[in-house]
Amino acid sequence: MSTSPPPLPLNRHAVVDRYFLEHRAKVLDLAAFLDRVDRAKPDAADSNRDFRLDSLRGAIALLLDGEPERAKRVLDLMSDPSTEPIAAAPMKGATGAWEGFKPDSTPEKETG
Amino acid sequence: MYIDPHVHMVSRTTDDYQRMALAGCVAITEPAFWAGYDRSSPQGFHDYFSVLTDTEPKRAAQYGIAHHTWLCINPKEAEDPVFAREVLEIIPEFLKCESVLGIGEIGLNKNSRNELEILEAHLQLAADHDQMVLVHTPHLEDKRKGTRLIMDAIKNHGVLDPNRVLIDHVEEHTVREVLDRGYWAGMTLYPDTKCTPQRAADIFEMHGTDRLWINSAGDWGPSDPLAVPKCRDEMRRRGHLEATIRKVSFDNPLEFLSQTGRFRIDVQPTR
Repeated sequence: MSTSPPPLPLNRHAVVDRYFLEHRAKVLDLAAFLDRVDRAKPDAADSNRDFRLDSLRGAIALLLDGEPERAKRVLDLMSDPSTEPIAAAPMKGATGAWEGFKPDSTPEKETG
Repeated sequence: MYIDPHVHMVSRTTDDYQRMALAGCVAITEPAFWAGYDRSSPQGFHDYFSVLTDTEPKRAAQYGIAHHTWLCINPKEAEDPVFAREVLEIIPEFLKCESVLGIGEIGLNKNSRNELEILEAHLQLAADHDQMVLVHTPHLEDKRKGTRLIMDAIKNHGVLDPNRVLIDHVEEHTVREVLDRGYWAGMTLYPDTKCTPQRAADIFEMHGTDRLWINSAGDWGPSDPLAVPKCRDEMRRRGHLEATIRKVSFDNPLEFLSQTGRFRIDVQPTR
């Protein structure tokens, strides 16, 4: 028999009290990171158009759209939308964002 | 008292066993994984499996922790199918060991055809030897696609009962689908690349506590072998019931792992 999810026992004010400073710091880290990218010496392939940065900017916009499930939608936005296996693994690691992301991409759209 | 059902102690110091025991850990399971470098021969895997089935249980027992393991060749070393099949051939001799719980952590890494071929070979190995399965899902941008490919491969194989398979490293975008398809799911608590203790607590609040567990997956990279007790502490600070905390960090792993008939939590310290 399945059980219901245990509801968050805290009220909204208590959540803000408990987590605000931690996330204030994270926003500042993010702001400083974007400033650092801007201050860095440009390279030939204009680093400001890096697909990872595009994904991050897309994720930041998503945080402010007022819709629920932000964490899931950020992960979806950064996910490879294809559905078929690739021919060969090009490397062992992962970059954290989908290389084909374009600023106007629709996150849920999947391609073969 | 808690169970860490996924931790790579071969990469950790004995001090970590002591700290985990002090934090209340009574049992762990250690899936075979990529050691940070490609092994050059099947004999290298034979040695690794010997460490997992002999050396680590003794090291853990010093601190009263019951050690168990899962065996496989990790998808990161599956891009050469001929080599991978040679490694698969030596696994059956280790399945006789009492501390071996099944096949794992198998799955995909970059979602390649060769990885998928070796995943299917592992599924057949599990079916042939009536073994349970622990699944690794890919990292970051490859996770959602890989999780679906893995679940499709298990379904297409058609033999394994989803109730005897745990799909690990789920996050917000994969947890619902894994649970809805009848599998058990694991959340890995990593500082940067998977779930934090806070997000894991959020996921319990949104998706429930049935067929869902937490693990540290502590290894040679940025990771924390005390992540499970830290998540328990996060849930406690939010005001969750002790029974809820116990369910996700002890009862659920105990229920899933007890299906093997080999899982135990009754080791007395040997030191």
